Amino acid sequence: MRKLISLVVLLAVAAGLALSLHRGPFGAEGAKAEAGLDSDKVNFGRYYVHEGVKETGATNIVSSVVLGYRGFDTLGEVAVLFIAATGLAAVLHLAGPSRGKRDAEPASLVVFTGCRFLFPLLLLFGTYVFVHGHLTPGGGFQGGAMIASAFLLIYLGCRGRALNEKGLRVTESLSGLAFVAVGLAGLAVGGAFLLNFLPTGSPYSLFSAGIIPIVYVAVGLKVGCELGGIIDRLAGGAG
Amino acid sequence: MSLLADYIHYVGCFALVLIGLYVVLVKSNLVKVIIGISLIDTGVNLFLVATGYLRSGTAPIFSSAAAQPGMMVDPVPQALVLTAIVIGVSVLALALSLAVRLYGEYGTLDLRKIKELKW
Repeated sequence: MRKLISLVVLLAVAAGLALSLHRGPFGAEGAKAEAGLDSDKVNFGRYYVHEGVKETGATNIVSSVVLGYRGFDTLGEVAVLFIAATGLAAVLHLAGPSRGKRDAEPASLVVFTGCRFLFPLLLLFGTYVFVHGHLTPGGGFQGGAMIASAFLLIYLGCRGRALNEKGLRVTESLSGLAFVAVGLAGLAVGGAFLLNFLPTGSPYSLFSAGIIPIVYVAVGLKVGCELGGIIDRLAGGAG
Repeated sequence: MSLLADYIHYVGCFALVLIGLYVVLVKSNLVKVIIGISLIDTGVNLFLVATGYLRSGTAPIFSSAAAQPGMMVDPVPQALVLTAIVIGVSVLALALSLAVRLYGEYGTLDLRKIKELKW
């Protein structure tokens, strides 16, 4: 009965989606056909693609949108992640004494060695990804997720070891503060929050794009520490 | 035929959304419900990226001198989806922590056995 009702609901939803979407053209082609490639003012995605490198110095246009044109939005996104991590800590902390840590069976030699071998490589690659976020695919969030996956490997392979929670918290707070401080510096220098006040340099070089690499390093460290903290708390909570 | 071929990306995205919706509606294990929510999230993200796609377009990254701005896909949905993925991870983590708490409280993850949730 429950399945039948669910299938009817699904059919209704699918029909609604199909009806509402079948007339529009696929993807960005409609916008391309209507506005033409030249009229950038109508289609601001086109505008970013054409002018982004000139205006922000970042050759990765997604980075220039995330931190250049929409930097304030990204600050809000980081805040949401922070609030979720805090909420998770609060919810699991309330559980209190029921989350006793059992002695887990040690991982096998293959897993242990593999994790120890991969851990520094993953840290290095994550750092590479967020340092080069303005030049190549990737950025602060992606690099941070890679660093967090390195922490996850430690929990899988080297049971009994835990992250230094205080160090995580300090790094996370300092990098969050660095993001806001860069934004306030832009406010002080040029009168706009998160203004790209540093010289944009020449594209394709590591030291270019003004504040974007600085903020991306801060975001990468913050996301890595936050996700690492989430993994730490969930692993502790599951016993 | 051509309609399906034109919209095959959308069909895939919404197939994911519908599978997720089915899981949320039918399954009674809380972890499976959370997986369903995550599936819906993924489907919506894919749809948003697909709205900015150009056929045979390239990534909006000037990685070489040969990159043509005219053929690049729209970067704005990609940036928005980057935000949405992070929010999705936050929601997933919070939901899982609530599941851990619920398990500690009731000793089960079966939503039908938790009496306070009956409706």
